[in-house]
Amino acid sequence: MDILNALVAFLNFVFIPGLAYGSQLALGALGVTLIYGILRFSNFAHGDTMAFGTMVTILVTWWFQSMGIGFGPLPTALLALPFGIAATAALLLLTDRAVYRFYRKQKAAPTILVIVSLGVMFVMNGIVRLIIGVEDQNFADGARFLITAGDFKTMTGLTEGLAIKTTQAVTVVTAGLTVAFLFWFLQKTRTGKSMRAFSDNEDLALLSGINPDRVVQVTWILAAAMATIAGVLYGLDKSFKPFTYFQLLLPIFAAAIVGGLGSPLGAIAGGFVIAFSEVMVTYAWKKVATYLLPDSMAPDGLLQLMSTDYKFAVSFSILILVLIFMPTGLFKGKSV
Amino acid sequence: MAEPFLIGDGMTGGYGAADILHNCTIAVEKGQIAVIVGPNGAGKSTAMKAVFGMLKLRGGRVVLDGEDITTLTPQARVHKGMGFVPQTHNIFTSMTVEENLEMGAFIREDGFADTMAQVYDLFPILKEKRHQAAGELSGGQRQQVAVGRALMTRPKVLMLDEPTAGVSPIVMDELFDRIIEIARTGISILMVEQNARQALEIADKGYVLVQGANRFTDTGKALMADPEVRRSFLGG
Repeated sequence: MDILNALVAFLNFVFIPGLAYGSQLALGALGVTLIYGILRFSNFAHGDTMAFGTMVTILVTWWFQSMGIGFGPLPTALLALPFGIAATAALLLLTDRAVYRFYRKQKAAPTILVIVSLGVMFVMNGIVRLIIGVEDQNFADGARFLITAGDFKTMTGLTEGLAIKTTQAVTVVTAGLTVAFLFWFLQKTRTGKSMRAFSDNEDLALLSGINPDRVVQVTWILAAAMATIAGVLYGLDKSFKPFTYFQLLLPIFAAAIVGGLGSPLGAIAGGFVIAFSEVMVTYAWKKVATYLLPDSMAPDGLLQLMSTDYKFAVSFSILILVLIFMPTGLFKGKSV
Repeated sequence: MAEPFLIGDGMTGGYGAADILHNCTIAVEKGQIAVIVGPNGAGKSTAMKAVFGMLKLRGGRVVLDGEDITTLTPQARVHKGMGFVPQTHNIFTSMTVEENLEMGAFIREDGFADTMAQVYDLFPILKEKRHQAAGELSGGQRQQVAVGRALMTRPKVLMLDEPTAGVSPIVMDELFDRIIEIARTGISILMVEQNARQALEIADKGYVLVQGANRFTDTGKALMADPEVRRSFLGG
């Protein structure tokens, strides 16, 4: 029995990757939930919005790198992030002007808007692939590790190492700051409150003189920021590939629905529920079990419930269970 | 006689092709209470909505303080000094009482702390519960939030669509007392009421609508005394 080593292995292979992935999903789900709460439709283009924002950030990062601008031990992409956000916000506002506004004026049903967003998704998808290609892009630079497994071993004398990648630390800190800002904005500022009022009761918000166009614009800008930050953090942590971002749509929607569509707190909780479930179901627990169990009971197999190829099945299953048993999600959002 | 402060004059119109209102006239004087009563489906709420610009009029006009506002949107009428409390969905349930009032004051550029203090004076219970989500309050308290929200713009006319729907008789009396208090500050009140008897008692002017048209129009007292009105609409 070796509880300490088991704990370190758990932290290293499950908790820290889950925490980073959960933060990325939470940011993505926040964007989805914000749009659902205010514009009242499920935005299928959100994954590709993330891809677009990340692409712009990567291009600016490369430009910075070519000029020799860096951010010390931190990834240069963080410096390029504001440019990515600005470009994505411009794209979303333009899309709203050209596409969504037309349907909003017609008071189109949410299902129609969902299909419209599907069309927007394909267009964005095409734009991204035309500009940056379909290949994997690695754009992380700066120091690779905050703590390497080797350092940790010499520091603690344990056989199991704990590695914390810079990108993981950056992910958690950036996500924390972003969420704190979003909540401050929604809770304390006049514009944020008017967005909540609009989401709560649109007719009464109009009666109170709240300008719907402004609410919609601010929503798109916030969604652009959330999507770009989520996308860049995911890309730094793993790598950037347009198709992967399209696939991210599923766990992100699962997170938003599990938490309760329209509820920002729910989106965060949902992000972590989905991330940890995915990581825990697809992790081979053999190592942790070997440390915990007496030698005679050491497992023969990998103790992996599912191969990582099936990780989307996990979000799918959770999504279905929640829709059957708890349609409004953990935080009482709107039912779908 | 000078034209009333707010008048919906000879209003004809409806939501779709068929008219609901037929040459219907509703008016209220400054600082007075006008009440619209009538059987179910008489177009009481519709008349109210027409005055507030929530449906298109085919005939007639709406005049506020001498200004023709017939073509203005409801939002624009709020800017002109009209406050409207819908019958249902009249508060932001997920927001606190104080945030509800803040949202009511959204169009105001100046400080509104004094108005909020006045609303809290009028409804002391709201001050006590100001940090609570409005959706957690009782029916009567929610109505107070709804009226308070509308008062935050410092309207000249306050329009109430069945403010006592679904509250107990004691709370209803209490609400009527508050409404009288509001009128005494110089705000005109135009309201639709299901509880015709109690409403006419506090009304300066009463309108009995039947099938979208004016049937009786008189002071509240006179309508209460009219045997025909009593027999047909007030249950004897």
